[in-house]
Amino acid sequence: MTISSDHTDYRIELRNITKQYPGCLANDAINLSLQPGEIHALLGENGAGKSTLVKTIYGVVSPDKGELLWDGDIVQIKSPSDARDLGIGMVFQHFSLFETLTVTENIELCLSKKQLSSIDNLADKITELSKIYGLDVDPSRYIHSLSIGERQRVEILRCLVQSVKLLILDEPTSVLTPQEVSSLFVVLKKLSNEGCSILFISHKLHEVTEICQKATILRGGKVISTCSPQDESPSSIAKMMVGDLADQDAGYSKKEGQQIILEAKDFTLPTKQPFGTSLKQVNFSLKAGEILGIAGVAGNGQDELMAAISGEDGRSVDNMLFLNQQDIGAFDAGERRKLGMANVPEERLGRGAVPEMTLSENTLLTQSKDFVSNGMVNWKKVQTYAQSLIKDYKVKCHGEFSEAKSLSGGNLQKFIMGREIGQNPIVLICAHPTWGVDVGAALSIHQSLLELRDKGAAILLVSEDIDELFLLADRIGSICDGYLSPIVKTDETDIEQIGLWMAGSFISDSQETVL
Amino acid sequence: MDAELLSQVLFAAIKTGTPLLLIALGEVICEKSGVLNLGQEGMMLMGAVVGFLAAYSSGSVGLGVIGAIIIGMFMSLIFAFLVLHLGANQVATGLALTIFGTGLSAFVGSGVVGQTVQGFQPLIIPVLSDIPFIGHILFTHDLLVYLSFVLAALVSYVATKTRIGLIIKAVGENPHAANAIGIKVLRVRYCAVMFGGAMAGLSGAYMSLVYTPMWIENMTSGRGWIALALVVFASWRVGRIMLGAYLFGLASIMHLVLQGMGWNISPNLLAMLPYVATVVVMVIISADHFKEKLLAPRSLGKPFDPRQMA
Amino acid sequence: MIRVQARIEQSTLMKIASPLLAIFLTLIFGSVLFSAIGKDPLQAMQVLLIAPLSDMYNIGEMFVKMGPLLLCAVGLSLCYRANLWNIGAEGQLLMGALGGSTAALAFIDSSSVLALPITLICGVVSGMLWAAIPTYLKLKFNSNLILTTIMFNYIALYLLLWAVHGPLRDPEGYGFPESALFSDITTLPILFDEGRIHLGVIFAIFAAIGAWVLLNKSHIGFQIRVFGEDEPAARYAGFNGKKISWIVMLFAGALAGLAGVAEVTGPIGQLIPSVSPGYGYSAIIVAYLGRLHPLGALLSATFMAVLYMGGDLAQIEIGVPTAVVGMFQGVLLFFLLACDFFIRYRVSFITNNNPIQE
Repeated sequence: MTISSDHTDYRIELRNITKQYPGCLANDAINLSLQPGEIHALLGENGAGKSTLVKTIYGVVSPDKGELLWDGDIVQIKSPSDARDLGIGMVFQHFSLFETLTVTENIELCLSKKQLSSIDNLADKITELSKIYGLDVDPSRYIHSLSIGERQRVEILRCLVQSVKLLILDEPTSVLTPQEVSSLFVVLKKLSNEGCSILFISHKLHEVTEICQKATILRGGKVISTCSPQDESPSSIAKMMVGDLADQDAGYSKKEGQQIILEAKDFTLPTKQPFGTSLKQVNFSLKAGEILGIAGVAGNGQDELMAAISGEDGRSVDNMLFLNQQDIGAFDAGERRKLGMANVPEERLGRGAVPEMTLSENTLLTQSKDFVSNGMVNWKKVQTYAQSLIKDYKVKCHGEFSEAKSLSGGNLQKFIMGREIGQNPIVLICAHPTWGVDVGAALSIHQSLLELRDKGAAILLVSEDIDELFLLADRIGSICDGYLSPIVKTDETDIEQIGLWMAGSFISDSQETVL
Repeated sequence: MDAELLSQVLFAAIKTGTPLLLIALGEVICEKSGVLNLGQEGMMLMGAVVGFLAAYSSGSVGLGVIGAIIIGMFMSLIFAFLVLHLGANQVATGLALTIFGTGLSAFVGSGVVGQTVQGFQPLIIPVLSDIPFIGHILFTHDLLVYLSFVLAALVSYVATKTRIGLIIKAVGENPHAANAIGIKVLRVRYCAVMFGGAMAGLSGAYMSLVYTPMWIENMTSGRGWIALALVVFASWRVGRIMLGAYLFGLASIMHLVLQGMGWNISPNLLAMLPYVATVVVMVIISADHFKEKLLAPRSLGKPFDPRQMA
Repeated sequence: MIRVQARIEQSTLMKIASPLLAIFLTLIFGSVLFSAIGKDPLQAMQVLLIAPLSDMYNIGEMFVKMGPLLLCAVGLSLCYRANLWNIGAEGQLLMGALGGSTAALAFIDSSSVLALPITLICGVVSGMLWAAIPTYLKLKFNSNLILTTIMFNYIALYLLLWAVHGPLRDPEGYGFPESALFSDITTLPILFDEGRIHLGVIFAIFAAIGAWVLLNKSHIGFQIRVFGEDEPAARYAGFNGKKISWIVMLFAGALAGLAGVAEVTGPIGQLIPSVSPGYGYSAIIVAYLGRLHPLGALLSATFMAVLYMGGDLAQIEIGVPTAVVGMFQGVLLFFLLACDFFIRYRVSFITNNNPIQE
């Protein structure tokens, strides 16, 4: 096994990397190479195998087959510490940080004893590096007190502390405001100029064309194409990513809402969770026949807001939340559902659906009034209805007896969406409906939402995907640190403005001093 | 109450609290790594019976202690394998361990019920024991009590000041992140669980070799469970575990104190005291749910399976 | 090479096969153990498992032991389905016995037809009360249900001991810690002329069937299952978690209390310190072995009752301590938990010509 490479100038080269998971070939004979200083995009839909591939490089996943060359030599990367010894660093999509530890402790955990002994004072070293790269972070702070953007800086610093030669970033921009993205790119370009190779996962095409010299496109675990993004148009890359299904959402027409259905007046609620976000004087009114979009970086109070509106939070509030002018603050989630509220949650599996229950049982989860008499369930009727949901919403599964966890994310989401819409809700609250869903399913979910809006329902849509919000929402606002921005018509604003709001520019000093 | 009696009471509280301290020191490390082992009672009973048998047959209490520690580790290894490798439910497996340990200890100990051994003798530390009042309370115990002081200091130091402690905390806080940066989560948890087993065994040996130097079925009478409550009470901090253990020790000997003071209450009612105290303390502690959540290891009781990392 | 893969769906076959496999492995373990201590394993197994079913008297005794096991296990099955770790069946059973005995002793000179029903109700209510306190503490103060129910087991035991040594002791009993014998009016009717099978056994079987209907056919049963499997989903669906907790815990307490009062008014006929040989703890195993399914509990309670009988016989016939039963129970649960691995995982042996291997 000592074949030397012909391309010794590559920093890293993957040959025929293959990884099989139960029921899915995540990586199928993948070849990929990066030169020193190259910024290389790894593109593909959800489930295309990007994450598996980078975890293979970082030693978290071991491939079934294939080889990996580092500076021209075949290497075995058995664990992340092997990868770090070579000079590979990784910034995870869902950060691998420990909230109850400090920045310094988090970085220390990633260093070997040898590396640690070569550094006199880790905190000083972190401060020094953060100055050089403009990654401002206080090493003594606890992670839970940091914003998402700051946490990403900690992850990057953690790689820089050990003189990194290849930096992998898994969807680094999906959690950032547009302005934070720009400053991240400055850092990446600086690193690239110093000779560090960067492997950059994204599905946002304009970012790729902005900073990447090369791009590899994956689909269904295979390399579909390698190209120079500058020579391609976003639509040609999109075609490569999704194949024949490239009917991107066209622009949809915007609607004007009618009477107010759901109203929050100075909604204030302290958080229940350690490191959660308290809601502060949230005001909005949601009208029939409109989609109200709420943008925001993850962890700014979206989950708390959704739980407070749906009633899952469980605490009762006074004179703050109204449905058709009725104060519903004291109602529990079940009672709010009876009044016509439906809910599509962010976590499909484990909240929107019980993983180890069948689709029929999961139908009964929120749809009970037609199927229960005298406290007893008519299972035959439930099954028939589940079958019709599966058919109407084109849910790919074995049938109504399939367990929810056996469905792909997109199909489960279509099922949940169908179940909630099937209740003819007057209000639908919906979080991140297309997160992690393939393009085909996303398209049908978008259309379902618009149909429901056109039937006169009021829809509250929370999403981190700003493009999706601009596509669907009739009016839009942004949440930051538990405060909600003013709500404006989508047609009358732009991404730049919403981006500033996501970063909290609307929070005036007076608002902050109130609480 | 005069100083003489008070000093006697506090001395006895430490003696009675020591098995709780020992077992809770093991459990706190185990829980810090994210594993909830409800098998404490079973491991402790096995430690007690094996410790007694080893000392009884060899005549050496030292061998008894070693035997107890080994059996405790072995018992915890069964638990660790089921929970960590086979992904079994931690609560159910812990219960199984307790039921198994209770049955097995009664089975292997059935031949020596009521026998006695020459247990550890008090080791009066010169000079220190002459300090007025506290000298008697702290420095006229036996070797295992002193060992428990040392172990408490050691566990506290390792947990808060060392890299090992940092790794254990990281694993208990977020095993997925720990796995992603290359910490061997299962290996860390195996070690933590087995440390817990060793301490439970040692605690059992204390019961059968020091506290009442004989073997009686079910002689730990719920101490393994009280230790679990103690860890919650102490918010996973070693200093408070020590304090809590001695407070529970005090509650357990209250009936002797009260009888000594001439109260005439049924011993059966007084015997409830430690259990009632446990419930009361748990209610007070848990009422502040927010704080408890903040202090508890965040992955406590949740399974982690590296196989399912896609 | 062995390859372990997560299954996409749980294996229904393994769900049923796993308890049987666990029993089989426990028997093998037992045989090895008996050989090791110099007993003939075949004879030991015969005494443990076959002898208890050899004649009508023994079969009757088996049913007498099955009753309380089944009652407790049915309640626990529902609790565990709802993810409420109630370990307190033992204490609830003891309180049922204590409450029922108090009533029965009050009726000792009565001839009212209501005496027995009232006695039974007292037992049931005592059990419910003993389950209600930890439930309240959990719902109101978030205290850990496992630990409170365990503590309440110990407290119940000492209460019972206090009662038989004190207020309920038979004044003519020469100072023995026992109550007076109950009068016939408060004794459960015997079903057959021979043996001691009493009405309590019928209660247990009805409880199992009722719980099955509740769990699988009713909406509240569905809510219990969702609540236990996936609490966020239950909250999302708007199910009332407190109501579910109360229903399940009180139901379990009532059944355990019934088991207790049926013991003292049935086979025992008076209150004694050793009302229960750990039925409440064994019921945990019974519930698990029965797959937390009320009808499954019917089978596993039968098996456990046989094992209890066998334990008694083994001590008499081959001189093995009865403690062997407790140990077998633990081993059985270990094997069951281990076998359950195969419900979620598929283990296959891979030959070298597999294309992925190379």
